Amino acid sequence: MSSPEYCLSGHPTLPCNVLKFKSTTIMLDCGLDMTSTLNFLPLPLVQSPRLSNLPGWSLKDGNAFLDKTELIDLSTVDVILISNYHCMMALPYITEHTGFSGTVYATEPTVQIGRLLMEELVNFIERVPKAQSASLWKNKDIQRLLPSPLKDAVEVSTWRRCYTMQEVNSALSKIQLVGYSQKIELFGAVQVTPLSSGYALGSSNWIIQSHYEKVSYVSGSSLLTTHPQPMDQASLKNSDVLILTGLTQIPTANPDGMVGEFCSNLALTVRNGGNVLVPCYPSGVIYDLLECLYQYIDSAGLSNIPFYFISPVANSSLEFSQIFAEWLCHNKQTKVYLPEPPFPHAELIQTNKLKHYPSLHGDFSSDFRQPCVVFTGHPSLRFGDVVHFMELWGKSSLNTVIFTEPDFSYLEALAPYQPLAMKCIYCPIDTRLNFIQVSKLLKEVQPLHVVCPEQYTQPPPAQSHRMDLMIDCQPPAMSYRRAEVLALPFKRRYEKIEIMPELADALVPMEIKPGISLATVSAVLHTKDNKHVLQPPPRPAQPTGGKKRKRASEDIPDCKVLKPLLSGSIPVEQFVQTLEKHGFSDIKVEDTAKGHIVLLQEAETLIQIEEDSTHIICDNDEMLRVRLRDLVLKFLQKF
Amino acid sequence: MDPECSQLLPALCAVLADPRQPMADDTCLEKLLDWFKTITEAGSSLLLLQGNPCLVELLCHMLKPQDLSSRVLAFSLRLAGVLAAQEDCFQYLQQGELLPKLFGEAGPLGGAAWTSPTVRSGWIQGLRSLAQHPSALHFLADCGAVDTIFSLQEDSSLFVASAAGQLLVHILGLSMPGPAGGPPSLQAGDWPACAQKIVGHIEESLRATATPQITQALNVLTTTFGHCHDPWTQVLWVRLSPLVAGLLEKDPVPAAHSLVDLLLSVARSPGLSSSSCGLWETLARTLSHLSPTQAGPLALGILKLQDCPQALRAQAFAVLLQPLACVLKATAQDPGPSGVLDGIVGDSMTADMLLPSKAACVGLLCRTLAHLELLLPLPQRPCPWPQAPLLGAAVTLLQLCGGSARPTSDAGRHLCGLLLGCVRVQRAALDFLGTLSEGTGPRELVTQVFAVLLEYLRSPDSSPTVLKKAFQATFRWLLSSPKTPGCWDLDPHALLFLRDLLPVLQKRLCSPCWEVRDSGLEFLTQMTRHWGGQAGFRHALLASEVPKLTEQLLRDPESYVRASAVTAMGQLSSQGLCVPAAGPEHPGGQQKSLLAELLHILSTDSEGFPRRAVMQVFTQWLRDSHADVAGDTEQFVAGVLQVASQDLDWEVRAQGLELALVFLEQTLGQPRSHCPCAVTPAVAAPVGPLAQALQPLCRVRLFEFAFRALFDCDRPVAQKSCDLLLFLRAKTASSGSLQESRSSPHVASVEAALQRWQAGDQAQPLGDLEPEVVLAVLRSLDLEGLQGALAESSDHVEKSPQSLLQDMLATVGVLGGNEADCY
Repeated sequence: MSSPEYCLSGHPTLPCNVLKFKSTTIMLDCGLDMTSTLNFLPLPLVQSPRLSNLPGWSLKDGNAFLDKTELIDLSTVDVILISNYHCMMALPYITEHTGFSGTVYATEPTVQIGRLLMEELVNFIERVPKAQSASLWKNKDIQRLLPSPLKDAVEVSTWRRCYTMQEVNSALSKIQLVGYSQKIELFGAVQVTPLSSGYALGSSNWIIQSHYEKVSYVSGSSLLTTHPQPMDQASLKNSDVLILTGLTQIPTANPDGMVGEFCSNLALTVRNGGNVLVPCYPSGVIYDLLECLYQYIDSAGLSNIPFYFISPVANSSLEFSQIFAEWLCHNKQTKVYLPEPPFPHAELIQTNKLKHYPSLHGDFSSDFRQPCVVFTGHPSLRFGDVVHFMELWGKSSLNTVIFTEPDFSYLEALAPYQPLAMKCIYCPIDTRLNFIQVSKLLKEVQPLHVVCPEQYTQPPPAQSHRMDLMIDCQPPAMSYRRAEVLALPFKRRYEKIEIMPELADALVPMEIKPGISLATVSAVLHTKDNKHVLQPPPRPAQPTGGKKRKRASEDIPDCKVLKPLLSGSIPVEQFVQTLEKHGFSDIKVEDTAKGHIVLLQEAETLIQIEEDSTHIICDNDEMLRVRLRDLVLKFLQKF
Repeated sequence: MDPECSQLLPALCAVLADPRQPMADDTCLEKLLDWFKTITEAGSSLLLLQGNPCLVELLCHMLKPQDLSSRVLAFSLRLAGVLAAQEDCFQYLQQGELLPKLFGEAGPLGGAAWTSPTVRSGWIQGLRSLAQHPSALHFLADCGAVDTIFSLQEDSSLFVASAAGQLLVHILGLSMPGPAGGPPSLQAGDWPACAQKIVGHIEESLRATATPQITQALNVLTTTFGHCHDPWTQVLWVRLSPLVAGLLEKDPVPAAHSLVDLLLSVARSPGLSSSSCGLWETLARTLSHLSPTQAGPLALGILKLQDCPQALRAQAFAVLLQPLACVLKATAQDPGPSGVLDGIVGDSMTADMLLPSKAACVGLLCRTLAHLELLLPLPQRPCPWPQAPLLGAAVTLLQLCGGSARPTSDAGRHLCGLLLGCVRVQRAALDFLGTLSEGTGPRELVTQVFAVLLEYLRSPDSSPTVLKKAFQATFRWLLSSPKTPGCWDLDPHALLFLRDLLPVLQKRLCSPCWEVRDSGLEFLTQMTRHWGGQAGFRHALLASEVPKLTEQLLRDPESYVRASAVTAMGQLSSQGLCVPAAGPEHPGGQQKSLLAELLHILSTDSEGFPRRAVMQVFTQWLRDSHADVAGDTEQFVAGVLQVASQDLDWEVRAQGLELALVFLEQTLGQPRSHCPCAVTPAVAAPVGPLAQALQPLCRVRLFEFAFRALFDCDRPVAQKSCDLLLFLRAKTASSGSLQESRSSPHVASVEAALQRWQAGDQAQPLGDLEPEVVLAVLRSLDLEGLQGALAESSDHVEKSPQSLLQDMLATVGVLGGNEADCY
């Protein structure tokens, strides 16, 4: 029996894998790769003549797309395990309109913040409805005529429109909340357990185990000390297979250095009277950035500079972060008991240094004061309030846009805004595991096999000399690529079977060797919900006559002709003597590699005696065969 | 010995001999011993003993079986040694059989006290002091001490073992004939028995298989050749060198570090003519036998030797360069036209040498860079110096550490993996690169140097210490960049570099890490000091935001940064590179002048560093007649001195005196003498009447400041003030034109006030002083006496031997006087 793993995503940080393990079908994460939005023009809040007049570009709606193939029937998926809120953005595409009827498991912060991210995405797309929608271009013949890179995009037919809030709600209603280290039984066959992964609020790695096999799914983990609970490494030990995804996307950028870079550039811009724009997600690294700035602004003399956080979910995000105390690192947890808010952004808000708004409209426009720092989405620069600020501030070289999210290429994101006078700084902050940390983790955890996306098994193409930027383990990691099915490298050999007490009572063990006893068991194997139980066999029915009864007794498996088990070995010399005693003559014995062959030349019969089998080969003389068999059996014990 | 001490000594000896009176403090015994050494060096030990019989009694007391403290026992052994160093005293002690009892089997050597390392150490040091004359040698031979010393070489205490080795060296030197002893014989039979025994022991150890034994023998020899240059040492080397060379046959070479030390010690010894005893051959063989890590120090030592065959020097240099040649080879670079690094490395060497482990690789590279850095400034450095390949190697190492190298070979990639982000190598390579700036290099290599420096200055991953070194190296390279003839400005390439550098500096000045901001400011100060007057530099700097950011850093929360910002702003302002403060802090508000800002820091900053920096800037400004100061110098000086006099930090007050001195010199029109402390009495009279000249000093209340400082509780301030006033008195001495008003009531009141000040009550101000009164007070003050008192160390009263003895007795309560303190 082997366990296949289906890879449905080509993006190692936004994984979507399906694991068939024992009799369950488990989907591991369902990330939404939105890099294709970079092919579209930004969605401005106000119609922009500049954007719509760009040659060679056509104004399109904000399509998101689902990176899936018809490799597997999604309705057969039993459960979906979510590891963090970034890896659940495709959930509505899977749970809605596919016939999916299973359960989704995720921690509470994952669900709540995931909802915020989806809500923000839907809001960004829906508030700029477009007059028409084009889809003809997806036809392969037409697509070929489009300018690069659109004409090279693969499987544009799978690109989908963004989901609606209704679909989001419906999808989220299928989620069952779980806590770290909680053991969840799936159909009795498999137990799954989420473990803290240290990357984001509520982010988890998953252990999927049966009685004899253990698969660990490590996705988006961090060993750095940031706000979430630290990563639980110990529970990953003794894994047969460790599936490793979601490593840092920028392995050459050290988060500490990048945070320093972020602060320096921010201060430099603001001191020169410029504004800073930080395109970001409404949750995650922004908490850490605000914390760093909290410590930094006084020392940098920036106390008078307003910080604006603009997102439809800004308020919820800032508040949610403060209430998930049990999911935070130890330092922040202890603050709650003081009681103090775990994150210092509460103080920034109180002192009016940080202000948050749902959108550009309304209060923001009256409070707006420059120079300032604005945190807003979406990091792709294709939709959200960030589009407006890019248009507003792009013309002045005093201003700076600082990219901190690593998901999008900043050069591509900036393409439609060229020519751009504002300064662009790229400080990607990705706290997920780098390759040095992975190698330490693997040394610590020591899985038998490592399975990972193929991108991790070779250095990045742009830095082919950096042998340190790949997973280096023994045995070498097994890799998979998009739309590939991989047989996981373990053979399942054993099943656990329970034995009913009354049946166990009835067993009579015989000691074969000192310390080893054997007993024969006659029982009925009862299998239900992937649990196997040996039950006492039904008593043979009393022959009471009557057709009905008789038929019932015929249904009982044939258990009266139970053959006894044999043990022992046949001493050849004695066996030959016995044969001679019984009238066989002209006996020849040949030694073979496995035992002996006794030839009865007269009877043209051959007896093969091997360690664990004896064969009597004779020509259609059943009488002779039975005689010989009985002679053989005399040397063996029966029980 | 003075009578007071003689009186106290018996009581002290009794205390020491009494096991119930523990000596709490070891240092007292050390001081006591030092005192005895001083006495015996100055006079006869015999007289000392005869005059103070309690000392012999103390020594005799040590022989009684009792529970004595090991410290007192060790002290007595050492004291006996000190006393017996003089031959007559030795004989005196021998009469009583005291010495054999103390140092022989009958003494502590055989007893339980011997388990204490302190006692063993005291025994060795006692013998070391004692062994000064031929009688001592006989004594050592008679009591079998040498064998004990041999065994102590393996002592578990490192101090004891090391002292035992040194004692052997000393005894060997003592037993061998001195320089005038005639030509030594090669025949061992002709050597004194004691020397034969020691040399035999060394030979035996060198033949041993255990490394510790070999190490001991090598260490003894190293010390011998290092300290003694008599002719016999050459005979000794000729006799032992085959055994030493024999060590090279073993694999691995045992005790390699000690072997290197010995060979270098022999090579440096003026008593040996190196060529005659095969030393060069041994050195060459050793170089080729040792591992690169072990051979490095030997190679450096050989290259530092004054006279040494050219071939050996070349070999040593090749060994030293080997690791860097490996780096160049692994990254597939041309080892350079000079060919010095060419052919050093065989194919197999590369991988074996550098790649076994990260720690080994990093250690070897750092040591190599440090060795080369030491070698570079020496006159005997190898010639031709492979400047270009070394530059290439330093740049490559930095690129490997920074991740910007793109090696193509497997070895290169592996090396890259080992060195990536390694701060130690980065620091060492940047230091080395900075040192290399003293030479030149081909244009494209220099371009690479600037590129890699810029890469480091830019990289967000550069640690603060690495960044500091990168700044330092950058400055050195800018200094060395070729000058346009007749112009001190930076050359065009350096100016181009500067254009890239300033944005980086801007960013670094905004770094969240204060160390980075600080080193950025220091770098700016250095650059401004050198090129602040040059058009190209001025233009580039004024076009950047750097001056404005520097001004903002005056309000940095970190005091070190504020201090560096003060210095930088002072420098910028001196060069006219300051821009008016404008920023978010003062939107449209009243802009303060830099002078006002610095005065504000001086009077309000809670930390000393920024205030000290302000004082230094002000002193410099006054010296340079800075425009802000020159306008109204008197008001400036008066203001600064008033604030400085109330400062709690003595360095600020001392710096205030420095400023006062500058003003004084300017006012009196006398060019500054080289040393401000030097009093130059016979100076020419000041220009114009003295009273007139002193008026400005009175107006800025310089004298009140100086007099107050004279009685400052911090000695350096008082000393400085004393020097200043002596200087002033000397200047005014020759001028008799001023009417002295010694008897005026004003003078009396000032003198009275000063007396109160001296007593600690400095509340009362002196008020306005007239020049005449000042001069009168100056002459009445015993400045020389004060200067003498201040020059004494603060514990000069307590340092006398009498005080030591009293203290020791007081601690055990023998002196009755202190009883009152005891409850």
